[in-house]
Amino acid sequence: MLKTEQMVLNMGPQHPSTHGVLRLELELEGEIITKVTPHLGYLHRCFEKHCEAMTYPQIIPYVDRLDYLASMNNELGYAIAVERLLDIKVPERVEYIRVIMSELQRIASHLVAIGTYGIDIGAFTPFLYCFRDRERIITLFEKTCGARLLYNYIWVGGLSHDLPINFVNETRDFLKDFKKTIIEVNNLLSYNKIFIERTANVGILPVDVAINYGITGPNLRASGLKWDIRKDDPYSIYDRFDFDIPVGQGLHGQVGDCWDRYFLRVQEMDQSIRIIEQALVQLPEGEITSALPKRIKPVEGQIYSRVENPKGELGFFIVSKGQLQPFRVKVRPPSFVNLSIIGELCKGHLIADVIAILGSIDIVLGEVDR
Amino acid sequence: MYEFLANLFGSDVIASFITSALPFAFIVPFALFAVWLERKVSAHMQDRLGPMRVGYHGATQTIADILKLFQKEDITATDTDKKLFNIAPVLTFMGSYAAFAAIPFSSAYIGTGIDLGILYIVAVSGLVVAGILMAGWASNNKYSLYGAVRSAAQVVSYEIPTVIVILTVVVVVGSLNLTKITEFQTSRFWDWMIFGGSVAGIKKLILLPFMFIGFIILYISSLAETNRTPFDIPEAESELVGGYHTEYSGMKFAMFFLAEYANMFAVSAVAAALFFGGYHSPFGYFGNLTGMTWLVPIEQFFWFTAKGLFFVFVQMWLRWTLPRLRVDQLMTLCWKYLIPIAFVNFLIVALIMVL
Repeated sequence: MLKTEQMVLNMGPQHPSTHGVLRLELELEGEIITKVTPHLGYLHRCFEKHCEAMTYPQIIPYVDRLDYLASMNNELGYAIAVERLLDIKVPERVEYIRVIMSELQRIASHLVAIGTYGIDIGAFTPFLYCFRDRERIITLFEKTCGARLLYNYIWVGGLSHDLPINFVNETRDFLKDFKKTIIEVNNLLSYNKIFIERTANVGILPVDVAINYGITGPNLRASGLKWDIRKDDPYSIYDRFDFDIPVGQGLHGQVGDCWDRYFLRVQEMDQSIRIIEQALVQLPEGEITSALPKRIKPVEGQIYSRVENPKGELGFFIVSKGQLQPFRVKVRPPSFVNLSIIGELCKGHLIADVIAILGSIDIVLGEVDR
Repeated sequence: MYEFLANLFGSDVIASFITSALPFAFIVPFALFAVWLERKVSAHMQDRLGPMRVGYHGATQTIADILKLFQKEDITATDTDKKLFNIAPVLTFMGSYAAFAAIPFSSAYIGTGIDLGILYIVAVSGLVVAGILMAGWASNNKYSLYGAVRSAAQVVSYEIPTVIVILTVVVVVGSLNLTKITEFQTSRFWDWMIFGGSVAGIKKLILLPFMFIGFIILYISSLAETNRTPFDIPEAESELVGGYHTEYSGMKFAMFFLAEYANMFAVSAVAAALFFGGYHSPFGYFGNLTGMTWLVPIEQFFWFTAKGLFFVFVQMWLRWTLPRLRVDQLMTLCWKYLIPIAFVNFLIVALIMVL
C-alpha cells in the first residue's frame, strides 16, 4: 500500500486572485480543500498605534488608506466619530455632499468588487466595463478634491472643498449612463449560465453562522438578514432618503451562496443611485465647514461610532484623554472580520471555488492588515 | 506535396525536408497575425483600442514582442528536471505542427495525402498532452502540476466526442482522407457537410439536423482541446497563475504560445475541412471564369485560410465573452452530455446512410 499524504499549496502572497497580499495555506486532497488558513499582515502599517502620535485632523489621510477602494466612506466614518466625540453639528450642505460622495464611492467600490469577481471566474470583459464607469466616478472626485484614490476630502466638521461647478449635472449624466452599464453587466455576467453554474450553491453562508462570525455588510445581507446601519442605526442624514435594503433570495441556488453575495452588490448599486438622485435634488446652498476651535481637543471620554461601508460595518472606537492626540484608536475593519469566515466556507470545495468564495467576500487587504 | 516533390527531385530526403518546412512558412505569419488579432478583438470588445503604437494600428506589435522575448533571460528554476523542462515546449509545438502535414490547404497543396489523414491529425494532436504533462512535472511547481494534470484529463476526455463526430462525417463520406472528404463537399455551399453533404435526395434533408449537432459538438470539443475559454482551466490564470507554463519564460514560453495558436488554427482547419467544404469556394472561382485555371488553387488557399480564420475569430470572441467552467463541470459536460449525444448522433447518421 502506498503511503499518501495531503498536499499543501501556498496561494499567495504573489497570486493573481488573492486581491492583494493575502496568503492562503490550502491543505488539499487532490483538488478538494480540507483546510484553509489565511495568513495576514503583509500590509501592516501600524495604523492604530500611529494614530496615537497624531492630532485628530491629521489622522484623516491615514484613514483613507484603510479600505483604499472606499476612502470617502472611511473618512465619513472617522469624521462622524470625532464629531460625536466633540458633540458638534455640521452644516446641511456638508451632510448632503457627504452622502453623495459616500454613495458614489459605494458604487465605485462595488464596481471593483463585481469586475474583479468576473476575472476570478474567468470573464475578463465585464471587468473593463466596470472600470470604465468607475473611472467616471474617480474623475468626479478628482474634480472635487484633486485626488483620485486617497481624497482627504471629508474633514472633521466639514469638507476640504466645495463642489466644483457643474458637479450636479455631471453626476446626473453619469447616473443616467451608469444604469445602462448595470443592465449590460447583468446580461454579460450575472445571468450567464456558466457564471451561475460556478457561483450558485457554492460557499453557502447560513445566517446564524454569519452572525456568529460577526459578518456584516453585503455578505450578511446576502445570507438573508436585513441589517444595514444606514437604516437600523442611521447616521448623517440617511433617514431622509427613500431606499430599500436588498437581501439575498437564493434566486439560482440557496440563500447566501456566492451568486447571492455577488448579485446583492449589483442591487445595492441601484439603491445608491436612488439615494444620490434624491440627494442631488435636495442639495442646499450653504457653508462647507462648521465653526470649530483652532485646536481640536475633545473632552475626556470615549466613543464607538459605526457606519455602513461598502464592505460592511466600519467602526471607530476612540478614547480621548483631553489631549490633542487620541489616547487610543481602534478600528473595527469589516474586511478583516469578513475574511475570518473563509476557512468555514471553503471546506470540501475545489480549488477553483476558493477563488470564487474569496472574491465573493470582497476583501481589501489594506483594511485587513491596517 | 510530398509526392510531387519526390518526383521532382528524385530524392525522398530533399522532399521530406521541404515538405516538413513548408507549414512553418504558414504558422509563423499566422501566429503573428493571430496574436495581434486577439489583442485587437479583445480590445474592441472591451471598449478600448489595444496596441496602437507599433505600426499602423499596432500591426507589428507582435514582432516587437517576439524580439523582446528573444532578448529575455532564459530562466530555469533550480529544482526543475532540466531535460524534460527543455523538451516539453518543443514537444508541445511539435504536436500542433505535425497536424499541419495532413491538412488540405487547396487541391494542389497538402503536406502528404495519406489515406488516414484525419485519424493522423487526431493522433498527433494527442502528443500535445505529453508535452504539457512533461512541462507540468518538470517545472517542479504545484500550480504547474495541477495545470498539467487538468490538461491531460481534459484533452483525453474531449478527444472522444471529437473522434465520434469525425466518424460521423467519415460514415457519410466513406473515407478518412481529408482531400476526399473535401472533394465530397463539391463547390456549391449547400453541398457542404453542415448542410448534409452532397448526398442525393431526401437523405440529405434528414441528415441536415444531425450534421449540425455534430458540428456544434466538434466545435465545443475543439475549444477544450486547445485549452481555450470556457475550457481554459489548465492555465486558469485566476486559480493556477499560469498553469503548466508558470515557470517558463523567454523563447520557451513563446514556443508554448506558438503551439497554442498553431493548435487553434489546426482545429479550426479540421472543422472547416469536415463541415464547411474545406478549400472550396462558396461562389465558384474567378480563375475558372476567366480561364486562368492556375488561379484556382490560390483562391482555394484563400478560402481555406478565411474559413479557418473565421473559426479562430469565433474562438477569440468566446474567450472574451464567457467565464470559465470548473474542473468537475467540465468533465460532467463531456462525459454526461457531449459523448452520449455525439454517440447517438453517430448511430442515427450511420442508420440513415445504411437505409
